[in-house]
Amino acid sequence: MLLKELSSFASPLSQGQVDKLKQLTSELSATQLAWVSGYLAATSNQGQIASAPETAAAQTVTILFGSQTGNGKAIAKSLAAQATAKGFAVNLASMADYNVRQLKQETILIAVVSTHGEGEAPDDAIELHKFLASKRAPKLDALNFSVLALGDTSYEFFCQTGKDFSERLTALGAKQLLPIVECDVDYEEAAESWQEQVLEAVEPLVQASGASVVSIDTAKATSESEFTKQQPYEAEILLSQKLTGRDSDRDVRHVEIDLGESGISYEVGDALGIWFTNSSGLVNEVIAALSLDANTEVKVGKHTFSLEQALLEKKELTQLYPGLVTAWAELAANDELTAIAADKEQTRQFVLGHQLADLISLYPVTIDAAKLVELLRPLTPRLYSIASSQAEVENEVHLTVALVEDERAGQARFGGASHFLASAEEGQLVKVYVEPNKHFRLPENNDTPVIMVGPGTGVAPFRAFMQQRAVDGVNSDSWLFFGNPHFEQDFLYQVEWQQYLKSGDLSRLDVAFSRDQEHKVYVQHRIAEQGESIWQWLQNGAHFYICGDAERMAKDVHQALINVAVEFGGLDEAGAESYLEDLRSAKRYQKDVY
Amino acid sequence: MSEQKLAVNEYLKTDSDYLRGSIKEGLDTQVTGSFSDGDQQLIKFHGFYQQDDRDLRNERKEQKLEPLYSFMLRARVPGGICSPEQWLDVDKISSTLTTSNSIRLTTRQTFQYHGIPKRNLKTLIQGLDRAALDSIAACGDVNRNVMCNPNPIESTLHQQAYAVAKELSDHLLPHTRAYAEIWLDEEKLLDTETNEPVYGKTYLPRKFKMAVAVPPDNDVDVYTNDLGFVAIEEAGELVGFNLVAGGGMGSTHGEVETFPRLADDFGFIKTADVIKFAEAVMTVQRDWGNRVNRKRSRLKYTIVDHGVAEFKAEVEKRAGVNFEPKRDAVIGDRGDRYGWVKGVDNKWHLTLFIESGRIKDEQGQTLQTGLREIAKIHKGDFRMTSNQNMIIAGVAEEDKAAIEDLARQHGFFGKLISQTRGHSIACVALPTCPLAMAEAERYFPEFIDHIDALQTKHGISEQAIVVRMTGCPNGCARPFAAEIGLVGKAPGRYNLYLGASFEGTRLNKMYKENIQEAEILAELDNLFGLYVQERDAGETFGNFTVRHGIVKAVNDAAKDFHG
Repeated sequence: MLLKELSSFASPLSQGQVDKLKQLTSELSATQLAWVSGYLAATSNQGQIASAPETAAAQTVTILFGSQTGNGKAIAKSLAAQATAKGFAVNLASMADYNVRQLKQETILIAVVSTHGEGEAPDDAIELHKFLASKRAPKLDALNFSVLALGDTSYEFFCQTGKDFSERLTALGAKQLLPIVECDVDYEEAAESWQEQVLEAVEPLVQASGASVVSIDTAKATSESEFTKQQPYEAEILLSQKLTGRDSDRDVRHVEIDLGESGISYEVGDALGIWFTNSSGLVNEVIAALSLDANTEVKVGKHTFSLEQALLEKKELTQLYPGLVTAWAELAANDELTAIAADKEQTRQFVLGHQLADLISLYPVTIDAAKLVELLRPLTPRLYSIASSQAEVENEVHLTVALVEDERAGQARFGGASHFLASAEEGQLVKVYVEPNKHFRLPENNDTPVIMVGPGTGVAPFRAFMQQRAVDGVNSDSWLFFGNPHFEQDFLYQVEWQQYLKSGDLSRLDVAFSRDQEHKVYVQHRIAEQGESIWQWLQNGAHFYICGDAERMAKDVHQALINVAVEFGGLDEAGAESYLEDLRSAKRYQKDVY
Repeated sequence: MSEQKLAVNEYLKTDSDYLRGSIKEGLDTQVTGSFSDGDQQLIKFHGFYQQDDRDLRNERKEQKLEPLYSFMLRARVPGGICSPEQWLDVDKISSTLTTSNSIRLTTRQTFQYHGIPKRNLKTLIQGLDRAALDSIAACGDVNRNVMCNPNPIESTLHQQAYAVAKELSDHLLPHTRAYAEIWLDEEKLLDTETNEPVYGKTYLPRKFKMAVAVPPDNDVDVYTNDLGFVAIEEAGELVGFNLVAGGGMGSTHGEVETFPRLADDFGFIKTADVIKFAEAVMTVQRDWGNRVNRKRSRLKYTIVDHGVAEFKAEVEKRAGVNFEPKRDAVIGDRGDRYGWVKGVDNKWHLTLFIESGRIKDEQGQTLQTGLREIAKIHKGDFRMTSNQNMIIAGVAEEDKAAIEDLARQHGFFGKLISQTRGHSIACVALPTCPLAMAEAERYFPEFIDHIDALQTKHGISEQAIVVRMTGCPNGCARPFAAEIGLVGKAPGRYNLYLGASFEGTRLNKMYKENIQEAEILAELDNLFGLYVQERDAGETFGNFTVRHGIVKAVNDAAKDFHG
């Protein structure tokens, strides 16, 4: 083939790459050409950057995301789509799938990363986050980067992981394209303007190099459906059945939703996004307490609604955010609230323990409908780990929902989505979409044993796992750890687990009911008791799953596992940590925690 | 004779390794609050039954929860006597290890706990053990709690009768170490083959009940027992007993080969021969009793099937002693003496009425706290009666006021008890008893309100009538020996039985089947009217209904009860 005949149609190269190659080869002597051909072949054989020659890779915009809830991924995808549309070469990937050895080849790195709990990196990002701070991290003088950090200002270590990324990349010699953007829970606007700025900042770099576009989307969604967060499916609720006994101090629901003819499919481990409407009682209370008129027209974005409709469907009423507390303190001109707003920790506690309705009754203000709507954040959907497998329930999806309830000054306060689901009657409509979670999956090999730790509603995905395994006739060993306060009242899906044990689909079930004896017993204590067997299972290749509370349970279970590895694996603390890190990298240690 | 298949329980007993079964493994299983089917039979021998809250069955099914299982444990307290220190332990256990927050006195002079979660069983039994109490053989196919008239007045005679009851209880305890191993963590003894000298490997075909009566009281309802001893005294000293055998209440609705029966008089025996005769009766029943059909396996059927003469001869042969002719004894009132009475030893005794035996703290009636407070200062003992009441026995003159103050303060004297209410009892039934077909304890107080009103209406409120109600025909509250017996058929529906004697010497007979409250009360209203008009002087209601031909007298239960 003659070089001059080379075109993007006849090669795996894009037109831009073809042009560059032509330009380069036209300047080379025969000897130089021979050397280059050898060099390229060798580079190709190393297999590291086989998908693109070095020169092209140098100008690829690599967009990495690390987030637990899917928000970060959505932003990253949207940015990738815009960049691709502009003709940039884009490599979009989850941080979990990114090969750190490729880092030193990068010239443009855009990171979207969230922060969890007390300033921790999300699961996807743990490895990269650690690598950047390690001695193995390379010099990154050629790298330009930008970080979008997602967080929640009500936490002390707001956007800590994003800040860490920014600092660590800078320390390695990389140049910041833009100052880090730190987003609160209402991230949409900030994220949108950051995307525009990033594209502007990247453009000269890409054009200067004359590179052309290659789109390598490595993030394959497992079940792309036409129904998305933005365009959810309106499904029918079939059942909202209380699972806890009548003397339980908590109300946990088994919710069954009909996906009808939507064609929506999900895999076990996925989550379901729920768009809910606020309760009309709460909306009426807010409107009445502020002496507003339900029919006043207000603007939300570009659309006009009645105040009532806006509060029902468009605005967040059950979760406060710090900005609102600050704004309210000014409106109310109240010293007490002003003092709270001035202190981060106090604000955080206040936000956790109150809702808008409480704010109104504690600190009355005069406010008009437009201003109220402006202050409130948009309603966001809530994600629930799916508690069913389509292999078993076909076009249904089941959830395990704990009703968030509290009482303040004699007034019952509920979580928005959980109250919506718990009080739903048969036939009630709900807008849903599937949020895939490919980092919470059953082993690909059916001979692999599984250990599942799911106290409280954390047991939901394991019900899905068990359904899938039972239908598939998977024979490998399975072990579930479950916990809750009381055996008689709070043993979620007790009869189903008993049946799985009887049929042999579930090999072992260890339970921890914390309040049935004087000393509290939790799942981590059961894991400690069973340390020797757990270690044996892990030696036999078991996958270890945790679902549920991230703040305490997941950490306690992690520590219990460390102790198991120390006691029965003969490792020291650091060795145990790295053992678990290896398990995580091998996808044998997976978490779905919140 | 062709080989007949034995009742399932017989195989369970045979295979249980002297009542061990897989109870230990069942205790370790945390996924369910129940025991396996087989172990559910064996745990009875250890003193407890598996139950579930029947009110919640359907609700919990929808909640994907198993039934709300719990256990009812009955202690073994021969003669119903315990010390104040023991009572304080009994009380503490109820509030810390049971969910019913109550103590239930039973018709067999003991107490039982309801609502024990499986996980608390071992702790509870160990707690009883520390209080020198146990539940060995309180249920199961063995000799159950031995009753004894708690008469505190004739203290010398009672002491001697009580000693016999205690000896019977101790002597006839199963010897298996299963209880000690499973519940008290005692070592399994090596090289010692368990031996059950009286029972053998398969124990008795069915439960076995004994009582010691001290005339003229018949509070223990001596004729309703498998084996009864009626104390005979000479000059205030116990010399022996009239032995009665073959009583029992249990029957099955609609199965005429089953029936309640009162014991036959066998004759007089000397105190020294009591154990010989008890063992003889029990071993004849062990060897002759029906092990094929559990519904016909009580001693009463063995005696009916073999005839009294043959049975008696075998007992004499095994005892090595013959019966002497029956001595004269007055069989009198089955009720308790409420309030204070003074004994021959000059000590005072306070009998407290406890409706349906349920000791619980409720609005206005803090009975459980009351007994606890009394136990803290009491120097005598506590005596549980077969009418489910409590006697604070052996109170010195100077301590009387303090005890009475406490009883008053906690509502024991809150309500005026009619003669009839004071003589009446009900079993537990719903929601915990798995056998119950209708309410008893929960409904009975209200039912007696209606009876009281009817008696007042007819001007006979001073006439004691023995009224008893059970949720099923197994007869825990001895309903077939009541002047008015109500036996549950279905929710809100009862069979109405009439015609038993006031003293418990004649059974009643079914008068109306499967009727509801309105009809029951209408019938009784009518009958009370007749009674007032046509009774003889001093005639009891039960005797009147027979003499007047309202029901036929049941003299031979096998023929007359259904006939």
